[in-house]
Amino acid sequence: MVEIKPIKKVTDIKKLKLLANQIRQDLIEALVSAGSGHTAGPLGMADVFTALYFNVAKHNPKYPFWEERDRVVLSNGHICPVIYSTMANVGYFPRKELKTLRHFGTRLQGHPHRSSLPGLETTSGPLGSGLSQASGMAYAFRMDNKKNRVFCLMSDGEQEAGQTWEAALFAGKNKLRNLTAFIDRNNIQIDGHTEDIMPLEPLADKYRSFNWHVIEIDANNIKAVIDACNEAATIYEKPTLIIAHNIPGKGVSFMENDHEWHGKPPTAEQAKVALAELRVWRENIMKNRD
Amino acid sequence: MGTLNPNAYLVSNLYAKDIKKVKTRDGYGKGLVKAGEKNKNVVVLCADLSESTRSEWFQKKFPDRFVEIGVAEQNMASLASGMSAAGKIAFISSYAVFSPGRNNEQIRTTISYNSWGSKPGKEINVKIAGAHAGISVGPDGATHQALEDVGLMRLQPGMTVIVPCDDNECEKATVAAAETPGPFYLRFGRADYPSITTEKTPFKVGRIEEFRSGKDCTIIANGPLVYEALTAAKKLEKEIDCQVLNCHTVKPLDGATLLKAVQKTGCVVTAEEHQWQGGLAGAVAEFLGENYPVPIKRVGVKDRFGESGTPDELFKVFGLTSDDIVKAVRAAVKMKKK
Repeated sequence: MVEIKPIKKVTDIKKLKLLANQIRQDLIEALVSAGSGHTAGPLGMADVFTALYFNVAKHNPKYPFWEERDRVVLSNGHICPVIYSTMANVGYFPRKELKTLRHFGTRLQGHPHRSSLPGLETTSGPLGSGLSQASGMAYAFRMDNKKNRVFCLMSDGEQEAGQTWEAALFAGKNKLRNLTAFIDRNNIQIDGHTEDIMPLEPLADKYRSFNWHVIEIDANNIKAVIDACNEAATIYEKPTLIIAHNIPGKGVSFMENDHEWHGKPPTAEQAKVALAELRVWRENIMKNRD
Repeated sequence: MGTLNPNAYLVSNLYAKDIKKVKTRDGYGKGLVKAGEKNKNVVVLCADLSESTRSEWFQKKFPDRFVEIGVAEQNMASLASGMSAAGKIAFISSYAVFSPGRNNEQIRTTISYNSWGSKPGKEINVKIAGAHAGISVGPDGATHQALEDVGLMRLQPGMTVIVPCDDNECEKATVAAAETPGPFYLRFGRADYPSITTEKTPFKVGRIEEFRSGKDCTIIANGPLVYEALTAAKKLEKEIDCQVLNCHTVKPLDGATLLKAVQKTGCVVTAEEHQWQGGLAGAVAEFLGENYPVPIKRVGVKDRFGESGTPDELFKVFGLTSDDIVKAVRAAVKMKKK
């Protein structure tokens, strides 16, 4: 029996920022190769995924089925380019495989399929079921007195789905302290802005009334993400929701805050511009000028 | 002349009026307790129907492994998927109209597809129990009479679909579901049905059991229609020699046994408490159409919704009695002679 240890946490914020920048560049390249897929959401959530996989979660890419690992459950499967890019950068598979995204025979299905890629914890795409799955995992771990934490990533649009609230009720009732959920609060969905399509506010109050502990953060600030996850670990009586306010398309000026970029990939030309911008950002991080 | 299969160990008073009638779901309750005793990872989830689904029997024995979900079948399906991913074998209990009716997509994505292609040991072990299926839920009316659930579940890759013929078989199916990796659908009605099998009756997931031999026509049935089929065979004894097959596992279908049977008899009657398309009839017709075309007559609900009434009344109105099977057998045999 090999003794499995979790990967060493990256604590240096500058290093984490550089990783997030690389994850953004890699996912842009993957999307260009795919020719379809979602761009704005993955760019906006890159900092959250970087924080989770490089600092917060207990895991080891060499042992994707390690029983003691924390579970990252992606509910809004359509932002999978960011989980794939993060998993590649942390060592679950070679970065060059990112270019197979959405191609025939790929392990990187258009929406994530658990059995296709070791390290993926669930299959998702149809919105609204991730919080249920994460709650089931958290409940089962607690039954067995296991210490695994469960992180669930949801979109804001999927707060419109009734099942999300069925799960929120369950997690609140059962005080699932080992469950930390995120809402990717970028205010956009396919048809427009969330508050025009179906207003969600006051979102924090809704979850608080379901007996959740709620934290609101700037989710493009990696340190804020890490701090919020650490705070969640200290809350004993409730599950925690982190409302992850972020800028969709973060890092690429012509994509930021534009719902048109929710569900399409960049062309090769647009990607060149995007990658150039991301490289400038990288230089600025290097010079501590970001 | 065909006879009852002695190796099926059916009850000795099969054709007596005083044959014991038991709720099929009692077998589910007993099976859950047995499965729970054998494996501490067995958990049971229920959506506000613990008494009528018999999940309560498990709850009393293992309160810490029983999870009340409330009226939220979609959550229940995906939650069970999560529990399975964390090492549990999760039974989810409700009425078939709600589960797998209302939560069909959750079952598809988070259970069936989530399990599809898994490495051995990594399957999603969620076992869906659809109670009060068919029209025997009677007075509750059509909203509660699931007649399409077997079809729904049969269309999901990797799903094993079992419709037990009585309480004893239901108990065996429940224990087998816990012990066999992957997603399962177990389906049973509400009423008291003749308890026709015994502890010694063989049961294996995916295997058709011959309950009666015969050379003129194969009646293939599941659920409470197995008893009706045996009764029909008895009624036809002097006229047509009927073979009766108990096809509890609709998926995967035991094609080899079915093929062997029809090669001998040359015609088939299917019988089930379900729409006459998509369920057992669909499975049998698809298989035989492709492999060994013979006349097929279907006994089932003929593309309509149910309504309120007693189970006996409804079985007659919807054409699910032994007399309806008799008529179907005569018609099938006639087609064969053309």
